Amino acid sequence: MKRVQFTNASLPYLLLLPQLAIIVIFFYWPSAQAIQSSFYLEDPFGFGSTFVGMENYTDVLGSNEYASIARFTIAFTLLVTFLSLSIALLLAVKADAVLKGSSTYKTLLMWVYAVAPPVAGLMGVMFFDMHIGPFLKVAAFFGWDFKIGLNYFDTAFAMVVIAVWKQIPYNFIFFLSGLQAIPKSVREASMIDCRSGFRRFWSIILPLLAPTAFFLLIINMTYSLFDTFGIVDVVVKDKAANNPITLVYKVYMDGFRGGDLGGSSAQSVILMLVVFVLTIFQFRFIERRVHYG
Amino acid sequence: MYKSKLSDHLILILGSVLMIGPVLIVFLTSTHDAVEVHRFGLMASWGDHFTETYNKVLFKEGGFTGQVTGVRMLINSLILGIGFGIGKIVLSMLAAYAIVYFRFRMGTFFFWVIFTTLLLPLEVRIMPSYEVVQQLGMLNSYSGMIVPLLASATGTFYFRQFFKSVPDELLEAARIDGAGPFKFFIDILVPTSKTMIAAIFIIMFVYGWNQYLWPMMMTNDEAHFTLVRGIKQILLVWVGSQIPEYNEAFALAVLAMLPPVLVVLIFQSWFIKGLTESDK
Repeated sequence: MKRVQFTNASLPYLLLLPQLAIIVIFFYWPSAQAIQSSFYLEDPFGFGSTFVGMENYTDVLGSNEYASIARFTIAFTLLVTFLSLSIALLLAVKADAVLKGSSTYKTLLMWVYAVAPPVAGLMGVMFFDMHIGPFLKVAAFFGWDFKIGLNYFDTAFAMVVIAVWKQIPYNFIFFLSGLQAIPKSVREASMIDCRSGFRRFWSIILPLLAPTAFFLLIINMTYSLFDTFGIVDVVVKDKAANNPITLVYKVYMDGFRGGDLGGSSAQSVILMLVVFVLTIFQFRFIERRVHYG
Repeated sequence: MYKSKLSDHLILILGSVLMIGPVLIVFLTSTHDAVEVHRFGLMASWGDHFTETYNKVLFKEGGFTGQVTGVRMLINSLILGIGFGIGKIVLSMLAAYAIVYFRFRMGTFFFWVIFTTLLLPLEVRIMPSYEVVQQLGMLNSYSGMIVPLLASATGTFYFRQFFKSVPDELLEAARIDGAGPFKFFIDILVPTSKTMIAAIFIIMFVYGWNQYLWPMMMTNDEAHFTLVRGIKQILLVWVGSQIPEYNEAFALAVLAMLPPVLVVLIFQSWFIKGLTESDK
């Protein structure tokens, strides 16, 4: 905090008022409602609701469908996080290493950040399309009869590719700026100590990048869990039947399309807990970094 | 010194091609007509239907009820992007100013009330948020689209970090010169934060423009559709049509990504600075 501060009886409250009002109305109120309605069974025709205790939760957690969607979401999250982080790291290390054209590569590799997930999804759907998609010819060459939207695995494959493509630029920007923040003296010293480029990277550069990587790990997991909604929605086109979907998509399907408010709210609360744990993890880590970084 | 190898450049070129290629192909395909695309697949050459397709997408009233043109959606997207960006900056600058520069009771409490919002993205409380907005009669309105998205602490967090890095001497000097809280804010703090404001505006504009789930739930009236929201509509029209209007869908995708991409490219250095220095 500041050494000198203003002391004014009402001004700080006035300054905070707009932000607080919006947060209370559009954050705390709906969040409280989600928790409340997760304990109720809503009549689908709008004739009141009955208290059912933990029934919505036991229903959700006991259902095979939910379990398989959760399994897909975990696999999807791990794959997207791992692939987009490692490809971005490779590109950032190379862009940092080249002497000529570094800033050109940076520009070329970062701008996809601005493409919206559903737009990326639409493009992906076209590339994997059964009539016009060029990917099909590649797949057919290897004897792979690719059927997006019909085959579970193929649809999941397309989703992962699109989600990774969309996320590489973000990770690239952070890795590159992390690499460029490493002092020249450290690099020069490492040149003298280690002749092998790979060992130098593994034992000196990578540990220095660890804070960035950890921050990105959490960000990428929340990206895969939530921001990929647009990609999933465009790829499955409202026909979730046999297609892989993520947990957030299920919340939307059950609540908005299926009218099962209680079940959808219980799923929301479960996701809230997941995000809560992830964020606490992140906050604790940030604190550590402030002290020792 | 490290000598850059040919393989480094090859990897970077391959990466760049994988990033740019799909977008370029989508753009080139949008200049062909639907029958051609249907017959030959995606195109890597310039077609001769550019003016025709983009004219149709921008000015012809399409969709289900025929109310909405591409230009209308473009304007809606701009309203959402710019409105969200400005709203975010105004709200969060005021709140961060109160938190960093004032000593008052409940300061810490309000700090936590605001920062708890970082814990839960809109996606996990989407149903109850929709109901709240419905009860307030804000469906199918710009305010309903923008205001609920503002209920998060990201901007406040950025500005708090930034204000804390502003030297204390500025405030001391201003107070000796007799400046009150308003004068200090407007004449000193806002000009000092110019670059930060620009960077956050760019990030928030892109974020607002690219919103999908929230505008999709909020608007069933086509006059309020944004370009990104329009993507969904195009896919719904497709189901059941003989030869889908591939070219128009691609043109819409190009229009939907062009403004945010341009903003990010033009203000690249501000944007990267804002993203990497504040997002911690």
